Amino acid sequence: MITKDSVAHVAELARLEFSEEELQQYTAQLDEILTMVDQLETVDTTGVPVTTQSIHLQNVMRADVAEPATATEALFKNVPTKKGTLIQVPAIIDKEED
Amino acid sequence: MNYFNTDIQATHDALVSGAQTASDLVAATYANIATTDAKIDAFLALNPDEAKAQAAALDAAGIAADQPLAGVPVAIKDNILTDGLTTTAASKILANFEPIYDATVVTKLKEAGAINVGKLNLDEFAMGSSTENSGFKVTKNAWDQSRVPGGSSGGSAAAVASGQVLLALGTDTGGSIRQPAAFNGIVGLKPTYGRVSRWGVIAFASSLDQVGTLTRSVKDAALGLNVIAGHDEKDPTTADVPVPDFTEKLGQSIQGLKIALPEEYLGEGIDPAIRTKIEAAAEQLRALGATVDTVSLPHTKYAVPAYYIIASSEASSNLQRFDGIRYGFRAKDVKNLTDVYVKSRSEGFGPEVKRRIMLGTFSLSAGFYDAYFKKAAQVRTLITRDFEQVFANYDLVMGPTTPTPAFKIGDKVTDPLTMYMNDILTIPVNLAGLPAASIPAGFVDGLPVGLQLIGKSFDEATILQVADAFEAENDYLAQIPGGAQ
Amino acid sequence: MNFETTIGLEVHVELKTNSKMYSPSPVSYGAQPNTETNVIDWGFPGVLPSINKGAYSYGIMVALALHADITRDTHFDRKNYFYPDNPKAYQITQSETPLATNGYIEIDVDGKKKRIGIHELHVEEDAGKNQHEDDGYSYVDLNRQGTPLIEIVSEPDIASPEEAYQYLEQLRQIVQFTGASDVKMEEGSMRVDTNLSVAPIGADKYGTKTEIKNLNSFVHVRDGLAYEQKRQAQLLMAGGAVRQETRRWDVDKKETILMRVKEGADDYRYFPEPDLPPVHVSQAWIDEVAASLPEAPAKRRARYVDSWGIPAYDAGVLTTTLEMANFFEATVAAGADAKLASNWLMGEVSGYLNAQHAELKDVALTPVHLAAMITLIEDGTISSKIAKKVFKQIIENDTDPKAWVEEKGLVQLSDPAVLIPIIDAVLDDNQQSIDDFHNGKDRAVGFLVGKIMQQTHGKANPKVVNQILMGELQKR
Repeated sequence: MITKDSVAHVAELARLEFSEEELQQYTAQLDEILTMVDQLETVDTTGVPVTTQSIHLQNVMRADVAEPATATEALFKNVPTKKGTLIQVPAIIDKEED
Repeated sequence: MNYFNTDIQATHDALVSGAQTASDLVAATYANIATTDAKIDAFLALNPDEAKAQAAALDAAGIAADQPLAGVPVAIKDNILTDGLTTTAASKILANFEPIYDATVVTKLKEAGAINVGKLNLDEFAMGSSTENSGFKVTKNAWDQSRVPGGSSGGSAAAVASGQVLLALGTDTGGSIRQPAAFNGIVGLKPTYGRVSRWGVIAFASSLDQVGTLTRSVKDAALGLNVIAGHDEKDPTTADVPVPDFTEKLGQSIQGLKIALPEEYLGEGIDPAIRTKIEAAAEQLRALGATVDTVSLPHTKYAVPAYYIIASSEASSNLQRFDGIRYGFRAKDVKNLTDVYVKSRSEGFGPEVKRRIMLGTFSLSAGFYDAYFKKAAQVRTLITRDFEQVFANYDLVMGPTTPTPAFKIGDKVTDPLTMYMNDILTIPVNLAGLPAASIPAGFVDGLPVGLQLIGKSFDEATILQVADAFEAENDYLAQIPGGAQ
Repeated sequence: MNFETTIGLEVHVELKTNSKMYSPSPVSYGAQPNTETNVIDWGFPGVLPSINKGAYSYGIMVALALHADITRDTHFDRKNYFYPDNPKAYQITQSETPLATNGYIEIDVDGKKKRIGIHELHVEEDAGKNQHEDDGYSYVDLNRQGTPLIEIVSEPDIASPEEAYQYLEQLRQIVQFTGASDVKMEEGSMRVDTNLSVAPIGADKYGTKTEIKNLNSFVHVRDGLAYEQKRQAQLLMAGGAVRQETRRWDVDKKETILMRVKEGADDYRYFPEPDLPPVHVSQAWIDEVAASLPEAPAKRRARYVDSWGIPAYDAGVLTTTLEMANFFEATVAAGADAKLASNWLMGEVSGYLNAQHAELKDVALTPVHLAAMITLIEDGTISSKIAKKVFKQIIENDTDPKAWVEEKGLVQLSDPAVLIPIIDAVLDDNQQSIDDFHNGKDRAVGFLVGKIMQQTHGKANPKVVNQILMGELQKR
């Protein structure tokens, strides 16, 4: 049973916001989906490896050779606000990240 | 003009002989789209300037006889990037996004001389089974405009089924090519994961997404795959394996081929009328010399929950880049950085996309990863092993593509879980990375039914061989949806 | 109450590659913002990463230099968080299967060797840069986005700020000698985050730790840790409790300042990167990297002491930087006496570089020229006084010392046939000094040598002068 509080927490992680009404609706829907998902619990997966890719490739790598950069003008075509060749965003107040 | 009574080969021959110019073909194609799309709503954007210029250039240079797609109008699902042509993934968050590069599949089509006439509607970010989740419009089924075209490649399927183009590109993450192909009575081919480059395809679930073709005929699918398949250095998940000529096995006898029919694919929840059609198809294939045996894929019922956890988890991460900073929608009246993120995303994404982001974020979050993401990834291994065991003894797996024919617009959109269960027959293929096609298998109450053929990894050729033999035995190609005309 | 301190260090090192970790755009410093980027770095819709093999090989190289065990089968993971300098809103890193584990670094504590364990090393991509301006906006430059990094995570084996300093000094040296990175704190190619906790001696668990971020020199690390050590101990003595928090070192105030309190663990929602196939590191690959691994500083020090008789202290100084060690060895290879080469490098050369705030690569001096000059001194061609002039010339200009000395007429006078008449003349003029000498006044010799030097404008070879002078004095 997923609670409204945990749905609100997940929304925060996902940078989404919901009205009270939406929050209730999403909680109910996620709860229903997770109940369906819970049938996975009945599968014995002891010792079963995970599959996270559906093709078995390995060591697909490129040599350390630089290619020319994309034209800055093209990169900025879709930027909402900029200054020179910098992307502008509202002031970052919390500087904690590395 | 429409494309009901022709195919790529015939169109190509007319272009090479000069009976038709590419410019006239493009003009006629747009004229037809102008009338039919008023009813179908398949296109999100048209590309007349580039298409006409390309056609004129081809006419001037002459159509090469060894380039079957040269001068042939095609259309592209709008989650595949086209340089300079707005690409939205049917999301408001990308409403004005102008790509600055082409997807590899688009580059390959261009190099083959195919003419991109426009971009096709889909469920937002390919999340959905009805195209009702588009942020812009609802596409209609070619056979009955009160019904959904399926999804997420609903625009691609409806465009081909209504004769607007001969070939459309789609993407298939959990059935998004095959299910709409089934609902619209056409051929939808999802290649093996790694067969076709994903470079330039807006990611939904990276380990499941694959680009494929929607066409009316099997041969057109083979010709389309010939162009888009192949290793791409820009996509490290493409396989560096030989690409055969996919038309090579067409017309060959299927005598002696061993086909498996999983009992789970005809079980509970499958419309009895569809079951009857599939059993009839099995009989036809036996009559053509193949053996068809009932087998078991015991973990099939766990595919839907495993899929929704895995696909949503990957999607939650893939869609974080839509943050309103470098491209795409940025909400107005934002006071700080958090507002940019939260308001741009909350206003830009539609409800189904948000639902999946929520489900995926939850599945990966601290304390739930093992119970959800990891468990689903383990079950995925079991589903893959089910197929491996069957393919040790069989050449092909067959079954229905969908449990029911196309449903009414509005019927399921408010009930996500029922909508998800509709994908039960197509999802296992994506989890295992296998190639599969949906081909027309008749009608139930005037609505098309799809036969799904699933092949071994990188053996699209056998799928096409059997599909072609089945197509030749039936006259489904001759049946034309009346509604769109 | 007495406390013991536990310190762990997380060090990020930028690898010196041509292209980025997961994109082929160029790695460069100081370019105009967003001009060395591509659609992958920007996290455009539809882009896919690809692994830079050269970067991974550098990672293996550093891991081998730190005696770590290379993980044979690895995959990449996504670390999810929103930030403007993180365009995909996830960083591709190695969480579950790091590049290598279980390495160590040896430091000296009170004359005894101490091993600091290295928990793990992993490869990841650097973020772009956010600039904060006063106009109410921040600005994003993605040139750095995707630059290959290795993160080196120590075990909590470090017991004091001084040990932390030594660990970093050794780490910097070892990594620099591999050639995988410039490891320059001031340029950001080496970055340090610290974790420190204190607990009463004998306590059975660690105290609550605080993190210090954005430290930009080893001295700041040591000072910041020392401050934090004292702050935490005082807090506990006063009956308070340490909060789990992130702090930064304020260089001017000489104190750590609270940045934020950590509430529970960050939820980065790690999961395996679906876009990149796993990497298998074969023995052949490891062998290939090992074969190309340059000699480690500790080995070089031992060689200098054992083969060339260089004092241990001097060997340590010579191996502070790879550049210096290479220069020293090249000078010896060019024919210089090792001890003399060492003395010159540690003395005049280092003094010059310090005064000029320069590095060896910034000056004109070459090992061949330095060796040639040392040979000129040794064979008596120039005096040590003249040598200073020659040195100034060859460190400032690309000049062959032998040719220059000849051209400028600075060659020492060592020919007795030339010197004897000059010495005789000086003696003839200074009978008083000869008498003094015979009366046992040794300083008379110094006076006479001074006179001879005056006559020869300082070019006379003092050794030869002494020899002839003594002979002549005995005769008179």
